[in-house]
Amino acid sequence: MSNILVVLESRDGSLRSASLEAVGAARLIAEVSGASVLALATETCELDAGVLGAAGADLVLMAKTSGHSAEGAAATVARVAKEHQASVVLLAATVRGRDLTGRIAALLETGFAADCTALDAAAMTFTRPILGGKAFTTVKINGPVAVASLRANFFAAAGREANAEVQEVVAEAGLSRVTAINAQSGGRPDVSEATRVISGGRGMGDAANWNLLEAVADAIPGCALGASRAVVDSGWRPHSEQVGQTGKTVAPELYIAAGISGAIQHLAGMNCSKVIVAINKDADAPIFKHATYGIVGDALEVLPALAAELQKLNL
Amino acid sequence: MNIITFVKRVPSTTANVVITENQLNPEGVEFVLNPYDEYAVEEALAIKEAAGEGSVTAISLGAGEAQKELRTVLAMGADAAVLLASPLAPAADGATTARALAAAVKGREFDLLLFGKQAVDRDQHGVGPAVATLLGVPCITEVVKLSVADGKVIAEREVEGARETIEASLPCAITCQKGLNTPRFASLRGIMAAKKKPMEVIDVDLGTAAVEVVAMNMPPARPAGRILGEGAAAVPELVAALRNESKVL
Ligand SMILES: Cc1cc2nc3c(=O)[nH]c(=O)nc-3n(C[C@H](O)[C@H](O)[C@H](O)COP(=O)(O)OP(=O)(O)OC[C@H]3O[C@@H](n4cnc5c(N)ncnc54)[C@H](O)[C@@H]3O)c2cc1C
Repeated sequence: MSNILVVLESRDGSLRSASLEAVGAARLIAEVSGASVLALATETCELDAGVLGAAGADLVLMAKTSGHSAEGAAATVARVAKEHQASVVLLAATVRGRDLTGRIAALLETGFAADCTALDAAAMTFTRPILGGKAFTTVKINGPVAVASLRANFFAAAGREANAEVQEVVAEAGLSRVTAINAQSGGRPDVSEATRVISGGRGMGDAANWNLLEAVADAIPGCALGASRAVVDSGWRPHSEQVGQTGKTVAPELYIAAGISGAIQHLAGMNCSKVIVAINKDADAPIFKHATYGIVGDALEVLPALAAELQKLNL
Repeated sequence: MNIITFVKRVPSTTANVVITENQLNPEGVEFVLNPYDEYAVEEALAIKEAAGEGSVTAISLGAGEAQKELRTVLAMGADAAVLLASPLAPAADGATTARALAAAVKGREFDLLLFGKQAVDRDQHGVGPAVATLLGVPCITEVVKLSVADGKVIAEREVEGARETIEASLPCAITCQKGLNTPRFASLRGIMAAKKKPMEVIDVDLGTAAVEVVAMNMPPARPAGRILGEGAAAVPELVAALRNESKVL
């Protein structure tokens, strides 16, 4: 009986929510193939068997080690995958998840598909963006195990009524190790994981005008800040906020682009967003061709009005 | 300090993408050195210069045309280049690519392996860590700050909402992220010197691909949107549409 193995990522002892989306994706495969879903935390962390069971896991394993080593985590996953005859290994396509995906495939002598946005559980194929999102490819992995990482916001926890059992397993030793983790984004979610994003471009005029974007973000729960490369290159915002082909790829439910022209490299990073709002003073800006809703106007005037209107809603 | 850096010839990010028969149609597409590999090459050269000794070798898995990008790397300052030549290389998946690169590294002496964090064509993010795994050396990915001293590597990378510090011993692999450095341009003298530098071409057989492409398509077209109006006056309609029509608020 084959199993689907999901790698659970944690930070500071708590589970990252992107991992629950991967558990939900594993459940989709399990429902078709009749396999069981095993979820493996590669480090000791706080695990809620009820939450994981509801997300889709049948059995939860936790490796007994503190601190993160990519080699150690990959080796633990590969060993558990073999012990449990896993036919599929799924990860969240976070920085750590992308790091582990290729390693796990190498250890299991198989292929991998990174950053997948869809899967077909019956055909066991994965669909993923390539060329910075300008095209999509559907792939099948030729090998004993299919290893894939899943992009945030494309899959969801199963939401079933079930519990999972938690068991401890031995952790493998690693070579490199994480010696420090410093939180950055001032309480806001990371732009790659948020379900709502407001991004500013060169049209914002100056770094000092970011308070206008922040006011809108503050009025929308869970809203992250993003930026175009022009803004990052000007030193107005950190690279961690850059959206696009050489920044982060995002697919939130709502993406608001203020003073962004819509260059092909920026679009590549956000055109999978469900709803796109463009605010630009140039009615011919390319971003309007991709926007769900557009407002032609000066972002410095539109944004305060938007913040005020949203505050009224008390979201 | 012996450094091997891995580079790929990729379509420019400004390229207009047309897919024919499950492949990128190369017609009219400009090909360039993968932008993330530029950071890897720069870092390799800077580390060698700081050490005052050693060598930088660039390896590429590519079709014959990839010699152009390898010449660029030689012109930037690398000492030697190796092309692992296969007509199937441009479309090779991450695992297949990693196997070929790891096989080429075996038997070569190295302290550091430097990769771009991803190639901007297949966007797999996995070749560097997979090569390191096959060779049994540590790997630190998406590095934005790096120091190498006394056989030890201290690196920083940005993860979602945080910055991690990671330590490892040499020999070690690193994948490079934007922010690590500012890649140099090849000087005229570098371009002249590159013509005389060694470029080894080794034919490789990639075997059965680890990942099979079933389909390749353009992204689904977005439903047409609409301009709601001009200036702040359009804001109430926007908020109403987000709330009642798209239901995202
Ligand atoms: C290899 C490579 C990789 C790249 N990667 C990325 C990437 O990852 N992400 C990315 O974003 N870009 C990337 N780019 C850059 C990209 O090509 C564009 O240059 C960049 O996206 C432009 O940023 P922008 O829209 O903020 O600025 P601009 O193109 O200058 O546009 C500014 C816009 O603001 C509007 N505007 C001006 N004033 C106002 C106002 N008061 N109110 C409202 N609107 C106003 C203007 O009409 C204009 O449309 C990359 C380029 C290359 C070559």
